[in-house]
Amino acid sequence: MKAFRADPELFRSRREQGDRADLSVDGLTLRFGGVVAVNDVTLRVRTGEFLSVIGPNGAGKTSLLNCITGYYRPQEGSISFNGRNVTHMHTHELVREGIGRTFQNIELFPGMSVLSNLLLARHIHYRYGFLPAALFFPSARREEVRHRRIVEELIDFLEMQSIRHRLVGSLPYGLRKRVELGRALALEPKLLILDEPFAGMNLEEKEDMVRFLRELHGEWKRTIVLVEHDMSIVMSLSERIAVLNFGEKLAEGTPGEIQDDPEVTRAYLGPSEEG
Amino acid sequence: MEFFLQLLINGISIGFLYGLAALGFVMIFKSSSVLNFAHGELVAIGAFLFLTLVTSAKIPVLLAFPLTLAGTFALGFLIERVFLRPLIGESLIFVIMLTLGLASMFKGIMLFVWGGNLYMFPDFLPSWLSFRGAGIYVPPVYVLSTAVGLVFLVLFGFFFKYSSQGIYMRSVADNQPAALSLGVNVRRVFALSWAIAALVAAMSGIVLGIINGINVHDLTSIGMKVFPVVILGGLESIGGAILGGLIIGLLETFTGGYLSPSLRDVIPYAVLVVILLVRPYGLFGLVEIERV
Repeated sequence: MKAFRADPELFRSRREQGDRADLSVDGLTLRFGGVVAVNDVTLRVRTGEFLSVIGPNGAGKTSLLNCITGYYRPQEGSISFNGRNVTHMHTHELVREGIGRTFQNIELFPGMSVLSNLLLARHIHYRYGFLPAALFFPSARREEVRHRRIVEELIDFLEMQSIRHRLVGSLPYGLRKRVELGRALALEPKLLILDEPFAGMNLEEKEDMVRFLRELHGEWKRTIVLVEHDMSIVMSLSERIAVLNFGEKLAEGTPGEIQDDPEVTRAYLGPSEEG
Repeated sequence: MEFFLQLLINGISIGFLYGLAALGFVMIFKSSSVLNFAHGELVAIGAFLFLTLVTSAKIPVLLAFPLTLAGTFALGFLIERVFLRPLIGESLIFVIMLTLGLASMFKGIMLFVWGGNLYMFPDFLPSWLSFRGAGIYVPPVYVLSTAVGLVFLVLFGFFFKYSSQGIYMRSVADNQPAALSLGVNVRRVFALSWAIAALVAAMSGIVLGIINGINVHDLTSIGMKVFPVVILGGLESIGGAILGGLIIGLLETFTGGYLSPSLRDVIPYAVLVVILLVRPYGLFGLVEIERV
């Protein structure tokens, strides 16, 4: 066990200034035909915050995330990020704005190594042009080395040193989730959006993941939006929780407030006997 | 022996042309998993565009050639913009039906403009391109098609392996949501793959036109010949497309030479059936194993 914990250069340089990541969602409505997946949801995420979105199955959590990351187009409402209206931006533009995400059902390149998967995420940060790359100028080489170092630091941080060269398709589920988190981090996102990163994990894998998220938020001041079903994890990690039910926002508050909210209890457990 | 060598060389150069035509088909399938039934029409359009530029507009060949390539590149781009983009996110069967519609539309337009006649290019290939020796004679056009096939194979190999657009294309082919989450512009990838596909199709159309003459029906039927080629080589493999083309080209010329010219068009499909029985995913196709 290594006593030294990696401290990626990419976050160290920015910790003082802090990345601004203010997200505001206003009156967002998304319909699929007659089904209202997200109904008039208003939500704020402030820089440095850890916000969780919870709700029963089919409450519209993933749909909400897909709207924020540009995969779905909402019919009404607006989304703005750091003061810019990003409602109608394309996914690839949003990534450059600094919104990174992971998926509920892991989306990786299974035929490539862990290292390649992470390096691929660096492509938006490459600066050198065609000629320096083709002739492998010192400037291009220096940049390659810099990207490789950043990726290696992420590998250290996520404790994936031993699987660096393994094909992603050959890894167990829990480790793939970890690779996906690494790949999202390699984008250097200002806002990190995690869609059920604990789903399908065993207890040990969950504990590792909680440790990583705690450090990302606490030490490196990342702004994180988490969608998760495991209540003990949500309650211990989040600063603020938003509850969705049937596409509508039911409640919002600190973990303590949410636990005591009668509406939330009713949504999860059904109406009580006394009414 | 000389007869064999002659057939071998003809087969290889025809094979490179089939491979080249198939390459464009594979490009589109790789990036968007669309089977393009209008591919033969793209081949024909390239040949007719070149013909018009050379004969009617009297533009020198060396200038007409890049102009044709630029024109078809733009056409591929336009097809994606106008016809395919509205269908992004729709079920694949709609897109494939659309390419069938495009095929009859383009064919109709070409018959309207140029008619069903057989045209010939003026003889413009220099004779030093030909090869004579060991009792065989290789006409310049066969040398040209082999050279063009090889050059494009190498170019595309480098493009996919090293250029960022090529890497984006591969990432989209591999896993579209993942590519999106990494900030790859998927629309641009689709547009580019159509543009490049139209370009290489035109390329093979021009050279095939020099060999067999230019006729709407003959050239568009190449679109059907592409199927045995790509299924043989594996639908996602560039190298497989070229190799599949070579195999089909050789089979055709050898059957034509040794058995009977009328069997030429049948044998490739017969061999295709046999190969699919043994290797259903083609020679270089992805073997998809899914855990259940």
